[in-house]
Formats: sequence, structure tokens, C-alpha cells
Amino acid sequence: MTSGPDIRTGRLSPQALSTGFGDAHPPLDHRQAVIEASRCYFCYDAPCVEACPTSIDIPSFIRSIATGNLAGAATTILESNIMGGMCGRVCPVEELCEEACVRNAQEAKPVRIGLLQRHATDWLVGAGIQPFVRAAPTGRRVAVVGAGPAGLSCAHRLAVLGHDVVVFEAREKPGGLNEYGIAAYKTPEDFAQKEVDFILSVGGIELRCGQALGRDVTLSDLRRSFDAVFLGIGHNAVRALGAEGEEMDGVMNAVDYIAGLRQARDKAVLPVGRRVVVIGGGNTAIDIATQIRRLGAEDVTIVYRRGPEHMSATWKEQEWAQTNGVRIKHWAQPRRLVGWPANGAKPHVKEVVFEYTQLDDRGRLTGTGDTFALPADQVFKAIGQYFVPSALHDGVAAEPLELAGDRIAINADRETSLPGVFAGGDCVPGVDLTVSAVADGRIAAEAIDRRLRADILRD
Amino acid sequence: MADLTNDFLGIKSPNPFWLASAPPTDKQYNVERAFRAGWGGVVWKTLGEDPPVVNVSSRYGAVTYNGTRVAGFSNIELITDRPLEVNLREIKEVKRAWPDRALVVSLMVPCNEESWKAILKRVEGTEADGIELNFGCPHGMSERGMGSAVGQVPEYVEMVTRWCKQHSRMPVIVKLTPNITNILGPARAARRGGADAVSLINTVQSIVGVDLDLMAPLPTVDGKGTHGGYCGPAVKPIALRMVAEIARDPECRGMAISGIGGVSTWRDAAEFVSMGAGNVQVCTAAMTHGFKIVEDMISGLANWMDGKGYRRTDDFLGAAVPNFVDWQHLNLNYKVIAHIDQDLCIRCGKCHIACEDTSHQSIAALRDENHRRRYEVIESECVGCNLCMHVCPVDGCITMRPVDTGLPYADWTSHPNNPMRRQAAE
Ligand SMILES: Cc1cc2nc3c(=O)[nH]c(=O)nc-3n(C[C@H](O)[C@H](O)[C@H](O)COP(=O)(O)OP(=O)(O)OC[C@H]3O[C@@H](n4cnc5c(N)ncnc54)[C@H](O)[C@@H]3O)c2cc1C
Ligand SMILES: Cc1cc2nc3c(=O)[nH]c(=O)nc-3n(C[C@H](O)[C@H](O)[C@H](O)COP(=O)(O)O)c2cc1C
Ligand code: SF4
Repeated sequence: MTSGPDIRTGRLSPQALSTGFGDAHPPLDHRQAVIEASRCYFCYDAPCVEACPTSIDIPSFIRSIATGNLAGAATTILESNIMGGMCGRVCPVEELCEEACVRNAQEAKPVRIGLLQRHATDWLVGAGIQPFVRAAPTGRRVAVVGAGPAGLSCAHRLAVLGHDVVVFEAREKPGGLNEYGIAAYKTPEDFAQKEVDFILSVGGIELRCGQALGRDVTLSDLRRSFDAVFLGIGHNAVRALGAEGEEMDGVMNAVDYIAGLRQARDKAVLPVGRRVVVIGGGNTAIDIATQIRRLGAEDVTIVYRRGPEHMSATWKEQEWAQTNGVRIKHWAQPRRLVGWPANGAKPHVKEVVFEYTQLDDRGRLTGTGDTFALPADQVFKAIGQYFVPSALHDGVAAEPLELAGDRIAINADRETSLPGVFAGGDCVPGVDLTVSAVADGRIAAEAIDRRLRADILRD
Repeated sequence: MADLTNDFLGIKSPNPFWLASAPPTDKQYNVERAFRAGWGGVVWKTLGEDPPVVNVSSRYGAVTYNGTRVAGFSNIELITDRPLEVNLREIKEVKRAWPDRALVVSLMVPCNEESWKAILKRVEGTEADGIELNFGCPHGMSERGMGSAVGQVPEYVEMVTRWCKQHSRMPVIVKLTPNITNILGPARAARRGGADAVSLINTVQSIVGVDLDLMAPLPTVDGKGTHGGYCGPAVKPIALRMVAEIARDPECRGMAISGIGGVSTWRDAAEFVSMGAGNVQVCTAAMTHGFKIVEDMISGLANWMDGKGYRRTDDFLGAAVPNFVDWQHLNLNYKVIAHIDQDLCIRCGKCHIACEDTSHQSIAALRDENHRRRYEVIESECVGCNLCMHVCPVDGCITMRPVDTGLPYADWTSHPNNPMRRQAAE
């Protein structure tokens, strides 16, 4: 019997770590790409395009791959989605483009659009080609807050359209969750920064890291000194479990741990528990569980309060965790965390007590009263993030920003209730995906451009 | 069970699959491997006069289509580059060791009687089953007045064939070049010269592609290229039509045909036989996959014949020839219309865009009540062209269904729009 938590660094050899955090889905080589591309039927009114939040002209770029026109393929992709490289790696394609592929109906095997997209964009970036030429300068300046997918996408499109952009980013590095959140094995070899460099290389975008809205600048400042503002600030808070003992040592927000993991040059320095419990049912839960397994945790269990079909993690993500040796338990919610004896100090978690759940007659989730306990050296909370608007209320702005639930309310142009202030990505309603953030950024940029050009004509 | 044994001009072989004269039949070593693998016969790689020719390095080009390798193949090789003596010795040994297989020797010597007479004598000594006159090689040899330079002049074809019949007791097969406007010219000339059979096609003159860095046709030899001979799956349609043209020609009647050109499967072979070929010869498919493919050719053909109730290939030899008619004899009152099986449809829209952009605007692109795509044939507009059926990626999803026009058979010969129509007999 141990008498305390079993948490250690360096559970695995450097080789095991570098395999575990290398490319989870290796890229296609040229020949594989051509064969895969030739599977595309070049559909008319292709369903995959409709399923892509950024509406990439998928049949066209795939045809370009098949004909050996990789620069053309990549340009087609990047014109719709400047993060085509990242999206090719991280999009849940099984619920987006690939789910819509007509080949599913025919042979349950879609064209591997994500991998093809990655093939083309990697080639272009590798070849050092800059496919964009900035339009003539308009003399207008736009402030973008947040250098995540939404902000960078917006900034890039604005720059291409001839506007000058200043990006304010609270963190030390740009990229948002591409840099601090996405699972390491989806984007190895510092790809997130390489992609940011590529995006900025178009010119006209000034990046100011370490500048937080609400701390270093205010929304009113920005509205005064810029012709328009785009907010792409993502989530900034993690939901609490609401279970007794949540504050114990050994209990962490999954996103914080992942951020540390992504920044750790040497993964062997990360503290890893022997038995790990993850609470939640989304991709963050899958990612923390799989990554902690790949760091050497022995028993990893995801506990989710509803059934597999309710998990926001896709079936493929669930399978991925399971093939990585993660156990997924459904229909249970945390009630209480039990700690090791601590003699008055802050205790360290020892086990989590769960209560079984079910749906009642009216379809509401209720506890059954039955409980069970899972031993845990580490507990990760992954039950969702949200947005607290405090940063936006600087006390100076005359009108506050309208919210829709706990997100910023927007219209179809991604404009908020404050004229000239646009927003997109995780901080606005809708699904939280890299690709949707990129789509929002581009749509907002185009709306901003229309607005600024109309102003120019009027002047 | 179907009996695949083949009798071509009295030359017996256990099946109708022969290897065409080419690298697979250039040496005893290859030919014996082929026989062990099950090939019914071979036409030995073309022999010529000593000193042997010299081949270049870098010899083949290929067309990769939509990821499919060697959809078409091209070569700039010449005839055998080994001494005549060596080839003749090996031929003799092989024939002795494999008496049940067909062994035909391909020949190409300069266009004078003495040269042919001399080589025929030596070939006869090998006890080979027959000879094939290579009047087809489209490159290199033709510059020297041989190969297709002979095959393109019917008078020469007739003359050389006659010499061979005179100076040899072996069956004579004349191998024809497709590089000619009317295949019946040389075919009839071969017939007049006394040929027992024609074999076709040899390769099609071609440039298979251009190296855009070197700016030279492919394959390149030290920065230069030449035109080559094209073969493989891509040439099958050309070959089939030429075979059929000869098969239905009254002047060629009675002359056997060996079908060559893109034969890769048993089905290709069945098609050639139905168009009048007594057997088939294969080159590219073997060079692409090795000799083992003959196993499936044999069992596939036999199984298909069993299903159809054919006991021997002769039972369907030329069966499709009577249905190969001139356009003017097609029934203008026959009509088919596209039908889409909505359960099979995968909603790719290929039928719609093909018809909408390039044909008759007879497939509507709709959305159903669930906003799902739905493609429907507009029957009143459909002319029955088959385009949608061909572009649809799902087998059997689009079928062309005959509709009753209520009109009798009527063809162009009597159509009112035909200024040269024949008046109906009074
Ligand atoms: C663990 C995890 C895994 C994920 N995996 C996937 C995946 O595999 N596939 C996928 O499609 N999506 C995935 N997502 C979701 C995806 O990462 C997000 O939807 C996407 O990054 C949202 O982009 P964004 O630009 O809106 O926000 P973010 O990426 O969060 O970027 C917001 C940026 O704004 C900055 N910021 C915040 N507040 C301020 C401020 N006050 N002042 C200045 N800057 C500020 C932040 O530092 C950050 O750089 C994952 C998310 C998480 C948490
Ligand atoms: C590399 C190569 C060399 C060939 N050499 C000869 C030859 O020496 N004599 C000949 O009659 N035909 C020759 N041919 C033509 C083949 O016998 C055959 O007629 C042609 O390739 C069409 O058949 P296929 O489509 O099955 O390849 C050659 C073909 C190839 C590919
Ligand atoms: S081509 Fe075939 S599968 Fe595609 S939409 Fe038309 S009928 Fe359906």
C-alpha cells in the first residue's frame, strides 16, 4: 500500500515520448496523395464544400493535386482558409467534409480530404511560396484582439485586402489554442508557429504579444484609434465541477495542463500520475486522457455523465482514446473528491466518488443515488470552457457589449452590438473548432473591408 | 467445363493465350518461364539478319492515367539484339522441351527474296510451328526499309508473303501495322500473297509524353527522343476495330486472325474472339504484371464460357461480327432513355453537370424536402446518348432503358433527310 499520491516525472523513455508525441497521422507522400486524389469524383455542387465551415473548393484543390499542380491546390485552399494546414491536421473531418463525401454512400470510405489538404499546404509552405499579393494600401487600420485562429484569419484577410492591422495578444506567443491547446501529436514540429510565420509573412500585420485587452489596452482606446476592431479572444474561463473537494492538490484544468505540455520542450519534466481520472465528454477530455497516457500514466479513465452518443467528442476521437488504452465510463457524475490525510495542509486527491446518472421521464439528467469511487493521483477537469466578458467592460465604453448566453452576440457579418466592433471564434456562439474560428475571422474581415471601402467612397 | 484448347492454322496450344513477339519472348529463359506459368504459346521476339541490331538505353515510356500506371505503354526498342544462331538454337531446344505449346517465330529481314529465303530455311530447322512476318515495327527498323515501311505498302506485303509461302512449308502469319489509313489494304494484300493468317495490331506510332525539363519527347536518350510504338490497354479499342474490319471483309474471308493490342484480361480476349480472332497475343499486360496473369485469363475465360454454355472458343468465334455494321444501318427509330436508381445514387451530381454543361440539359439538380440532393432525368429532353451512364461512378446506378417509339425499323438509307436515300421499291 502506498501512503500518498503516485505522481512522477519521466515515466517513459525519451524514445517512447518522441514516438508518442510524433505525428499521429503521418502525412501522405506524393504518390499516395495522387492515388488518393484520383479517388475524388469532382462532384458537382459537392457536399463536402457545403460541410466545410470555410467552404474550401475541395474538388478543385484535389483535382489540382491529381494533376501535379500543388501550388494551385494550396492556393485554392488558403484563399478560403488561411489555416488550411492546421485544419488539415485538426479538423474533425469525420463530422465535416469527409462525412459528406459521396464515397461514404458508395463504399463507406471517404476521400481523405484532411490529409490531402495537409499535403498541398505543407508543400507550398515548404517551397517558400507566398501566394498572396496585398491589394493597394487603403490607409485604414484595424485592431485585432487575440492571435488565435479567429484573429489571425481576420488579420490576414484584412492585410490582403490592403488594410493595416495591429494584433494584440495577451500571451507570449501567437497562435491561440493552436499553440497552447491542440493535442501535441496533431501538430508536432512546431507547426503552429511555422503557420503563424507564414500568415504574417504576407506583410501589413503588426503583432504585439503580451498586450491584453482590459489590462494593457481598453476597448474604448481601440475603437478610438482604429477604424474597426475584431475580437478573437476565445474562452477565458473553465467550468467548475461543483463537486466537494475540487480545490485539492492534484486536481487541474485540463486546458492548463495541456498548455504546459505543449510548451514543454522536454516532455519528461511533466508530472504524471499513475492513476488518472478525466471528467468531461468533449475533445479536451479525449486529448488530456490520451496525452497523459502517452506520458506514461498507467490507468486513465474518462468519466462522462451521459452516453457515448451525447459526447461532443466525435466517434473517431472516442475510438482514438480507446485504442490508446483510455477507458471511457458513461453515465456518472462526480460527487466528492477524497484526499490523502494532510495534517492540516492542503490535501492531495486520493479518489473521486461518482454517482451514477440516468435520464428521468422528462429527459433530465438525475443521479441514481448509487455511487462508486475511482482512485486517482491526478484529476483533470474537462467539462468545458466559457467566456467571461469582464475584460470588455473597461468602465469607459458608453454602451456595453451585448451577450448571447455567455458569449458575445453577433450578426451574420460577425458584427457585435457595438458598431465597428466585430467578433468571432470561441468567444461567439456556435461550435468551437479551429475551422469555424477561421471562417468567422474571414467573414468579419470581408464585412469590415466592405464597411471601410464604403467609408472611403463617402469621404 | 469449357475446353480452351486452341487450334490456330493447325498449330495446337492448350489455351488461346500466346505471348506476342516482344521482350517476354526474347530468350529461352523467359519463354520457359512463360510456359511453366501456363501460357499456351509464344511468338518469339523478331529475328533479323546478323550482325544483330543495337538497342538504346532508356527504351520505354508509359502513360499513367488517374493514378493507374501503364494505361498505355511505348517502346523504342528494335528487334532482337542477340545473334541469330543463339536464338535459333534456343528455339529448337524450347520446342523440343515443350511440344504441346505453340512456338511461332517472328521474322524481319531486308526486302529481297534471297534474304527471306535464307532465313526461312534456318527457321525451318528449328521445327518451330510457324512464322510471323513482322511488317509492323513503327520505329528504327522502318527507317531501314523494314517493319512498317513494308507493312504500309500493300504490294510489298503481298510480295514478301508470297516469297515466304513459296520458300517454306510453315504456316505464315502476317503481322500488320495499325499505322495506316485503311487496314484492309495490307490485310487483303496478305491474303492475295497467300497468308494463312494476319495478326494485329503491332504498335501505334506515338510520342508518349514530353519531358518538360529536358524539352524532349519521352523516353529520352541522352536528351533526345524518338517516336515510339504505343501499346497496352489504351490501344485495345483501335485493335478491336481493325480486327473486326478484317473479320467482316468478304475479300479476307477464310483468313485466320490473331488478335493483339491491349489484351490484359480474359474479358479482353473474349471480346477479340467474338470479333473474329482465333486466338490472342499479349505483351504489355505480361510486362506490367509478370506471367502469372495467365492463370486468371484461363480460369476467367473458362468460367465465363461455362456460364454462357460455350464449350469451345470456336462456339463464339466471330459471333459479334454480323452485328458490326456501318452506321447507315443503325435503326433510327430505336430509343433509350436514362434511368437513375435513386437508391444507388450517391448524389455526386456528375450526371447533372455533364448533361447540363455539355449535352442536352436533361438531368435536373433538385433538393428534396430534407434538403438532400436529388438528380432526376427529364425524360422528354433525354436523347439517350449514354453520357450520364458513363460518368456516373456507381455501377448500375444509371441504366439506359429502351422506350417503345411505336415506329418500325428505319435507317439512314431510307431517311427523308438523306439526299442520297434509296427509294423504296415500287
Ligand atoms: C484542448 C483543446 C483541444 C482542441 N482540439 C481541437 C481540435 O482537434 N480540432 C479543432 O478543430 N478544434 C479543437 N479545439 C478547439 C479550437 O482550438 C478552438 O475552437 C479555436 O482555437 C478557437 O479559436 P479562437 O481564435 O476563437 O480562440 P483561441 O484559439 O482561444 O485564441 C484566442 C486568443 O486570444 C488571446 N486572448 C484572450 N483574451 C485576450 C485578451 N483579453 N487580450 C488579448 N488577447 C487575448 C488568447 O491568448 C489566444 O491567443 C480544441 C480546444 C481545446 C481547448
Ligand atoms: C518493348 C516491346 C518490344 C516489342 N518488340 C516487338 C518485336 O520485336 N516484334 C513484333 O512483332 N512486335 C513487337 N512488339 C509489339 C508487340 O508484339 C505487340 O504487338 C504490341 O505490344 C501490342 O500488344 P500489347 O498491347 O499486348 O502490348 C513489341 C512491343 C513492346 C512493348
Ligand atoms: S452520376 Fe450517378 S451517383 Fe452521381 S448523382 Fe448522377 S446518378 Fe447519382
